[in-house]
Amino acid sequence: MTTHTPRDEQDASIIIREAADKGMLLNVSGNGTKAAMGRPNQTDASISSSAMSGITLYEPSELVISARSGTPVLEVMRVLAAKGQELPFEPMDYRALLGTKGEPTIGAVAAMNLSGPRRIMAGAARDSLIGVRFVNGRGDVVKSGGRVMKNVTGLDLVKLMAGSWGTLGFLTEVTFKVLPKQERMATLAIRGLDDKQAIQALSMALGSPFDVNGAAHVPDRDRRGGTTLIRLEGFRVSVDYRMNEMKRLLKRFRFMDLLEGVGAEALWQSVRDATLLTDHGNRAVWRVSTAPTKGPELVAQVAQGLDAQWFYDWGGGLIWISTPIDGDAGASVLREATRTFGGHATLVRAPAEIRSTLDVFEPQPEALMTLSRGIKASFDPAGILNPGRMYAGI
Amino acid sequence: MTIAFPQPDEAVLARRKEIVEGLGRLVASEALIVTEDERRAFETDGLTAYRRMPLAVVLPSTTEEVSAIMRFCHDHGVKVVPRGAGTSLCGGAIPQEDAIVLGVAKMNRVLDVSFENRTARVQSGITNLGISQAVGYEGFFYAPDPSSQLACTIAGNIAMNSGGAHCLKYGVTTNNLLGVTMVLLDGTVVEIGGEHLDAPGYDLLGLICGSEGQLGVVTEAVVRILRAAEGARPALFGFSSVEDAGACVAAIIGAGIIPVALEYMDKPAIQICEAFAHAGYPLDVEAMLIVEVEGSDAEIDDMLRRIVAIAEPFRPKTMKVSQSEAESAAIWKGRKSAFGATGRVADYICMDGTIPTGQLPYVLNRIDEIVKSYGLGVANVFHAGDGNLHPLVMFNTNVPGEMEKAEKAGEDILKLCVEVGGCLTGEHGVGIEKRDLMTYQFNATDLEQQMRVRGVFDPRWLLNPAKVFPLEGRLAA
Repeated sequence: MTTHTPRDEQDASIIIREAADKGMLLNVSGNGTKAAMGRPNQTDASISSSAMSGITLYEPSELVISARSGTPVLEVMRVLAAKGQELPFEPMDYRALLGTKGEPTIGAVAAMNLSGPRRIMAGAARDSLIGVRFVNGRGDVVKSGGRVMKNVTGLDLVKLMAGSWGTLGFLTEVTFKVLPKQERMATLAIRGLDDKQAIQALSMALGSPFDVNGAAHVPDRDRRGGTTLIRLEGFRVSVDYRMNEMKRLLKRFRFMDLLEGVGAEALWQSVRDATLLTDHGNRAVWRVSTAPTKGPELVAQVAQGLDAQWFYDWGGGLIWISTPIDGDAGASVLREATRTFGGHATLVRAPAEIRSTLDVFEPQPEALMTLSRGIKASFDPAGILNPGRMYAGI
Repeated sequence: MTIAFPQPDEAVLARRKEIVEGLGRLVASEALIVTEDERRAFETDGLTAYRRMPLAVVLPSTTEEVSAIMRFCHDHGVKVVPRGAGTSLCGGAIPQEDAIVLGVAKMNRVLDVSFENRTARVQSGITNLGISQAVGYEGFFYAPDPSSQLACTIAGNIAMNSGGAHCLKYGVTTNNLLGVTMVLLDGTVVEIGGEHLDAPGYDLLGLICGSEGQLGVVTEAVVRILRAAEGARPALFGFSSVEDAGACVAAIIGAGIIPVALEYMDKPAIQICEAFAHAGYPLDVEAMLIVEVEGSDAEIDDMLRRIVAIAEPFRPKTMKVSQSEAESAAIWKGRKSAFGATGRVADYICMDGTIPTGQLPYVLNRIDEIVKSYGLGVANVFHAGDGNLHPLVMFNTNVPGEMEKAEKAGEDILKLCVEVGGCLTGEHGVGIEKRDLMTYQFNATDLEQQMRVRGVFDPRWLLNPAKVFPLEGRLAA
């Protein structure tokens, strides 16, 4: 199968226009580290952003960075770190979970809206994404947004591109708003809480004025307790003060530790990348989004019907669940749970034969699917870009 | 009067009686406004220089009524102009003669609050401030705070993706919206998002936010609510040059500090506001910054100490750190009265462009030159942290031709914003005001893609037509 690696957006435009004329289906990718996600699709050729790399604009005092879509995330982070800045949404890295190698690209961060624990405070990748350039399925080069963080000029196609998994266009350049890296990070760990108590503790912490920007709960293997994590960041004086207040606020939950340094950073990285589940080997992994207080009940219902392992991020609003790979990998049980408690489930890791027979993303009501099909057709009338990667027919 | 309106559809005008009767069967009589006197209240919005009398006005009370009205208009080919409180500054809610106005202001209830999940579900006609008031008793608030927050509705905020003074830290509407109930043109009711932080499928929520009422009518919203900081305090700095003030902004952000507000006022704005509010503003400076930080007293002291140290190398002529509630209130009173105070000394149009902050000194000097070249004056008040400018171009309505000159100057200013890498509107929206300037920011292909997306929701362009896109456009999906 041919893999096109355009050098710039003109090149990409020619390739896609030609594919559209011939009705050739294109697999859209960066470096392919997340190729095993979504619905498997059959395409005639690939188009990859791997040859389109480099930072095109960086203005630290304006808190903005632009990069060609194939630029490694690592490079973007390195350049930002040199000026004491970072991507506020803490993009997750799927390599460990999926067992893949290579460099994830910044384009994929935008296309898949990849966010980490700080999402609860700093927003998702889509909230920091302020500008995109892309080639749509007609081969047209389109821009939306720009390099300024306040912009309400016209329809916000930037948001539509975020999380569209390459089905609407081939991203060529993305622009993110960035934030200063914080001086100090400290994590309060509470031991021994069950899921419900843990979410209560996290809700109290998040409902306080002390700017929590990480809130996770990891049950022990025996499920009789777990570790509840509350992260604060900022200037030293401020973190000291807020941590003391936090301990006072949560004093009824006893067994508390203060975690700092490399170990604590590694812990948050394993929350971010969901590697707390990778040692379950050959199991399916789901990502469930729900209202935080519904999380423990939703999980309890799932665990009744399945041999499940899980942990919570986003104050309980994001639940990572691993399930046995046989049958429908737990799909019917999970979907029943999201119907009961609200929210949605995405299958992020499973063999291709399972992903090709199941809805990988939560099925949507027909009215929303009609709109989604219309939007897809308005960008890609021939349906050649990542066909079926998200939903059948999209 | 340079902005064109489309010719009304004579066939629709001729059917007015039949349309009004049809609507009358869908809502209670007090929810339908038909007499000329009463309709007049809806003929314009915050862009009062332009006005058109709508065919009729409907003020439904439920999502079901909105759905019935929309289906009726869809079936009968009647245009619909959605309206919140009508505070739009860009003419986003100005009707046309062959359209009905569909106002959501009666739907203003809080439906559900979850402090544990930090969300509130509200009807879309509630005011922005109404949400904060409803959750304030637990110390929570709704963060985006447009200047009109006392009056504007969340429906309008969603339509315009509104921001405010505090959005440098908390983001704008799109960053604080989790879900909506929306009625499509054919009456279909859809739920998008909900009480969770992300939604499956395409980011329709992100698309709707800022779509200026062209994709559907939002009747309910789920918004994030946040616990307010323990306290907040501003400091005020006066500089002898625009360059020093601009460099100070860059230095604060470069030092890793994101203040909760970072406001800029130029000399004319300082003088106008001081004469009105007696806030103790320095009158001998060229530019002034108001920097506000949040937290506990100790945190605020620490942060303001850092900011003062950062500002010192730029030789501020005035440096005043608020020491009391009263001083804080005075500092903000001056800034917040800017629009009203300017209205006392002149007629003005308030522009709304965004620029890369590094271009501040150049752009401010150019704005001065542009406005002078038309023989007019300008005062600048804006959010310096994010480069969202609000030049108030002053004129005298009683002098023939001056308003047109002000409009021309405003147009030149917005083109300048685009030229330096910015955009036509940072928070007010395009509406009718900037519709014809869209081609400066977007090429034909960019605009076509936007119009095709619009066409998916409304192929016949019945929803808030003649807004946002140049009149000659009109691409369906």
